[in-house]
Amino acid sequence: MSETISMTPSGQTVNDTIESEEPSLIDWRDMWKPLAWIVGGFLLFFFLPVDSGRFTGAVIESLALAKWYAQEHVLLCLVPAFFIAGGVGVFVSQGSVMKYLGAGASKVLSYGVASVSGSVLAVCSCTVLPLFAGIWKRGAGLGPAIAFLYSGPAINVLAIILTARILGPDIGAARAVGAVVFSVVIGLFMHLMFRREEEAKAASAMYMPTPEVERPLWQTTLLFVAMVGLLVSATWGKPAQAGGFWSAVFAVKWLLAGGFALLLGVLMVRWMHVKLYKLVLAGVAVLVPALVVPQYPLIAFSVGLIAFTTLLTTTRGETESWFTASWDFAKQIMPLLLAGVLVAGLLLGRPGSEGLIPSGWISSLVGGNSLWANLFASVVGAFMYFATLTEVPILQGLIGAGMGKGPALALLLAGPALSLPNMLVIRSVLGTKKTVAFVALVVVMATISGLIFGGLVTR
Amino acid sequence: MDIKVLGPGCAKCEKTEKIIKEAVAESGVAASVEKVTDVMEIAGYGVFGTPAVVVDGDVKCVGKIPKKADVLGWIQ
Repeated sequence: MSETISMTPSGQTVNDTIESEEPSLIDWRDMWKPLAWIVGGFLLFFFLPVDSGRFTGAVIESLALAKWYAQEHVLLCLVPAFFIAGGVGVFVSQGSVMKYLGAGASKVLSYGVASVSGSVLAVCSCTVLPLFAGIWKRGAGLGPAIAFLYSGPAINVLAIILTARILGPDIGAARAVGAVVFSVVIGLFMHLMFRREEEAKAASAMYMPTPEVERPLWQTTLLFVAMVGLLVSATWGKPAQAGGFWSAVFAVKWLLAGGFALLLGVLMVRWMHVKLYKLVLAGVAVLVPALVVPQYPLIAFSVGLIAFTTLLTTTRGETESWFTASWDFAKQIMPLLLAGVLVAGLLLGRPGSEGLIPSGWISSLVGGNSLWANLFASVVGAFMYFATLTEVPILQGLIGAGMGKGPALALLLAGPALSLPNMLVIRSVLGTKKTVAFVALVVVMATISGLIFGGLVTR
Repeated sequence: MDIKVLGPGCAKCEKTEKIIKEAVAESGVAASVEKVTDVMEIAGYGVFGTPAVVVDGDVKCVGKIPKKADVLGWIQ
């Protein structure tokens, strides 16, 4: 180096030498990511179309939709649903379900169990694929494995509750029934198509997850009856016309909700070692706002949720696991759902108003109940990625913008079970041929059931 | 000693791996901890449910995050 400097007459050449030989202090590999965010943010705001009426309207729509969710759905529906989903994960013995999907299980039974067990086994999305691979290679074979893979994401507890609540009970029920029927049919088709390729099963030990606490089935059932009853009565909607059974229930819905809450509390004292004095204190804490400000039932309900959480967290044992499981769901899903609601509101607006995308486009693409509309919805649903539960606000926006109910169901049936990233993972397990067959079956079946459902609803 | 943590990479599996590594460091036992994320390989162990922990070929825990005290019991 020193020799180089002494030989060159001008400083210019020295700098050139250093530049080429010494490593730069600026490390672009670390910098490009934050820099891209900053430049992206700058460009976004530089060109932000705040003068456009459509844009400002869409922003207001997006905020209004988020507010509507916060007011109507978070406390009464979402938070109780998290506790129910957490309870499913902790109280339902997965091993007792899995034995029907093992290698020795009867074929008919294994299809049936696979098609409905998604609601119990697939509460965490990360368990779906290992379970699927296990059922295929070690257990009941390709058909039931496919049935499980399809129905799992579509009929988990949270998804069904939120779909029925926001999109209406008819679509909620059609989604649940459709997913179960579909999974059996698609599983059978896959089994028949690839019957010859099925290899001999590796006979070896199977390891099932063990439940933390063994509890008789009737006790578990009663726990869920109390929780689901509480959820249903608290969210009971005001019927359109007065009189009859529905409005009679509506009139006493808070009494009913209180009754189910009391039942739940008593069960927790009996079976989960919750101290009786704590339950009495919790009951008093809920009764005070319920009697003082009965016109604001949300206050009493919130106090009840806080009291319930306190009971769970101050008792050692399975109540802690219950709380942790529920918290994991909430932590994982809430941010995604908020983002989904904001984006759906921005692009599509609330029902009855427009967002960035003109309603005319939506209704021309997926309005009515034509074969084309259903097929389009199925294909888009199959390839698009929906983060957990975000399919609900997005569909709400699409229906508000003129999407038909048939295509909406088609999208719901093809959507959550499949996405482009998820297809790539399935391909790594099943291989290209079986994956293509699976995707094609889902799209075709979703289109057909969209047509049927759309025909039934609009008639 | 050869320890494998089976899981496709969700939060629970990462927590399990952390607990195992802490337990190994605490006990001072010479052990290799390997994370298995390939779904077919996980199925190959006959494990239904993740996270799962395999110590020297024996499946020790399936479908839940193990407690550190239990892990110490398996490796000592």
